[in-house]
Amino acid sequence: MATVAAGVASGGAWPARAGVLSVLLLLVPLATPARAAERIVSVGGTVTEIVYALGAGDALVGADTSSVYPPEAEKLPKVGYQRTLSAEGVLSLSPTLILITPESGPPAAIEQLRGTGARVVPIPTGTDVEAARAAIRAVATTLDRQARGEDLVKALEADVEQARALAAASSSHPRVLFVYARGAGMAMVSGKGTAADEMIRLAGAVNAVNDYEGFRPLTAEGVVAAAPDVVLVPSRGLDSLGGKAGLLAQPGMSLTPAARAERVVAMDDLYLLGFGPRTGQALADLARALHQQQRGDIGVDSGVRRDAPLWFAAIQSGASRRTPDRSKAVATNAGAAR
Amino acid sequence: MSAAALASRWQPGGLSQRATLLAALAVLLALACLLSLGAGSVAIPPGGVLAILLSSAGLPVASEAAPAQVGVLLAIRLPRTVLGALAGAGLGVSGALLQGLFRNPLVDPGLIGVSSGAALAAAAVLVLGDAAAGALPEALRLFGLPLAAFAGGLAAVAMVHRLASVGGRTSIAGLLLSGIAVNSLAGAATGLLLFVASDAQVRSVTFWNLGSLGGATWPAVAVVAPLLLFALLAAPRLARALNLFLLGEAEAGHLGVEVERLKRRGIALAALAVGASVALTGVIGFVGLVVPHLVRLIGGPDHRAVLPGAALLGAALLLVADVVARTAAAPAEIPIGVITALLGAPFLLWLLRRRTFWGPV
Repeated sequence: MATVAAGVASGGAWPARAGVLSVLLLLVPLATPARAAERIVSVGGTVTEIVYALGAGDALVGADTSSVYPPEAEKLPKVGYQRTLSAEGVLSLSPTLILITPESGPPAAIEQLRGTGARVVPIPTGTDVEAARAAIRAVATTLDRQARGEDLVKALEADVEQARALAAASSSHPRVLFVYARGAGMAMVSGKGTAADEMIRLAGAVNAVNDYEGFRPLTAEGVVAAAPDVVLVPSRGLDSLGGKAGLLAQPGMSLTPAARAERVVAMDDLYLLGFGPRTGQALADLARALHQQQRGDIGVDSGVRRDAPLWFAAIQSGASRRTPDRSKAVATNAGAAR
Repeated sequence: MSAAALASRWQPGGLSQRATLLAALAVLLALACLLSLGAGSVAIPPGGVLAILLSSAGLPVASEAAPAQVGVLLAIRLPRTVLGALAGAGLGVSGALLQGLFRNPLVDPGLIGVSSGAALAAAAVLVLGDAAAGALPEALRLFGLPLAAFAGGLAAVAMVHRLASVGGRTSIAGLLLSGIAVNSLAGAATGLLLFVASDAQVRSVTFWNLGSLGGATWPAVAVVAPLLLFALLAAPRLARALNLFLLGEAEAGHLGVEVERLKRRGIALAALAVGASVALTGVIGFVGLVVPHLVRLIGGPDHRAVLPGAALLGAALLLVADVVARTAAAPAEIPIGVITALLGAPFLLWLLRRRTFWGPV
């Protein structure tokens, strides 16, 4: 199977010398341990993040468009949206291991990938902390890095515990409306059973919408009826609405307690909703932002978390626009001061 | 176009002009097939393609290709090319059949409901299927979407046809109007599904409606190929009757055409061809509407040329569009419906402009 991949590598990169190179490359995998030659295509932002967190980022040769963290992930060749993968596109990267999620498709493409000899491993991803643990362990087992995986799980659990403590220490239970914006007039609201609902609950707050499952379009009256104390948005969605002012100018929004107090919290969506290694930190950040805002505090801390795992700190120091948006959350907090 | 103009176009060129046109289009299709087999994100040199094909056909040709190249060519590109050619031909010929039946150049195969019916069924599977998927066997999960889309497309056509028929006679105006009504109904139902869908599901439905040849696996192609081949081979037999139909429904009847049978067969063949291709590829616009126009602009309105010509040109256009779709953003893929229009529309405009400079069409 490893020889198969090496053959494509030669064909893909240097067609002119394909003959010679493929002979050379065919021999390489036989002489070296399998893991050294591993070429991974990772589908799903959370899965890619876990691969990097396990220190196996160097083995990645491609990822899907949802893989935006850490910043290195954005430099990988993109195999497209995870539900519309192209079998040949993925194979052109000559992977030996393809990590997919339950979302990945279409089924025909997955079936074709399975037929080529590359190892196709489904990683269980989901929308609660247990799913994050399971995903980390599944990737760690697949990459044969169980020890590192257990470290990540422990760090995650510690972060979640810290967030729980933060939430428990606060007497407030703000009503939070999660708005998933895709540009003006295209906003969706997260109801029960969604990733955002779970995060809001774990952060010791209340989802302002609890009368339906899944997502519904944002409506003026629906917003007024939900009466949120805080509006939570993915930071990229906030940009598409024209920032905080644009969000609060949405129909109905001006009549909510959140708008009167200008309480908006923006967080990166993969960080907030990915349910991967950073979920505990995201939860702590969210709890801090929600409860501080409730008390009317101004954002207090900034920069790299002292208790963050090393890999996280290292990545965050090379900050880019998609690092977990602490700065933005803090900035909006500051703006919320009355 | 008037009968006189038709006659003047038919007489001088006759058979040889038609044969030349079809031969040229066949060559174009052959080139498109070669391009489709040779191009892709996994590089395979042209000699390698030939060697793999010949050696897998059992000929004693030494193939230096790596096993992965063989796999990509035989398991991914070849079924994809076959599906692309058949689906493109099916869409083109259906457009030509329906434009002939309706005597209206604005008719798209979607008009009789087949695309919107298929789209509704596909959306239902994509949105509600996740919940039901656990209860289904593996094979049905893989083929559930195409099967549902095919059934949905045919059901919509049957409904349109039934609504437009009174006492065994089908009125063309009735077909048009009930087609519009059924299309709106299906569109509304799809909208309702999108309303309850999650973000990711909405995206899947959108992509399905823009088409892709990515679903081409040998088992799937083997199922639709006989259906499409049947429609493609049967359609040209209606050419003479459709030529007479151009004069008017009553006139064609007086000239001995069994108009009701013609309508039934034309609609059934178009529904079969579009339903079978849409089931695997999703909705691909433009080909069915414009390819017959292109053929008529080049070779005149004789259906003996337009029907096979639209099949050949539709196949070639779809294959070229697919090559662009898979290579322009490699290793990702652009939806093919975007590319067919992007390639075809400027070509149509160019042809139209050229014609207007040189005189009336």
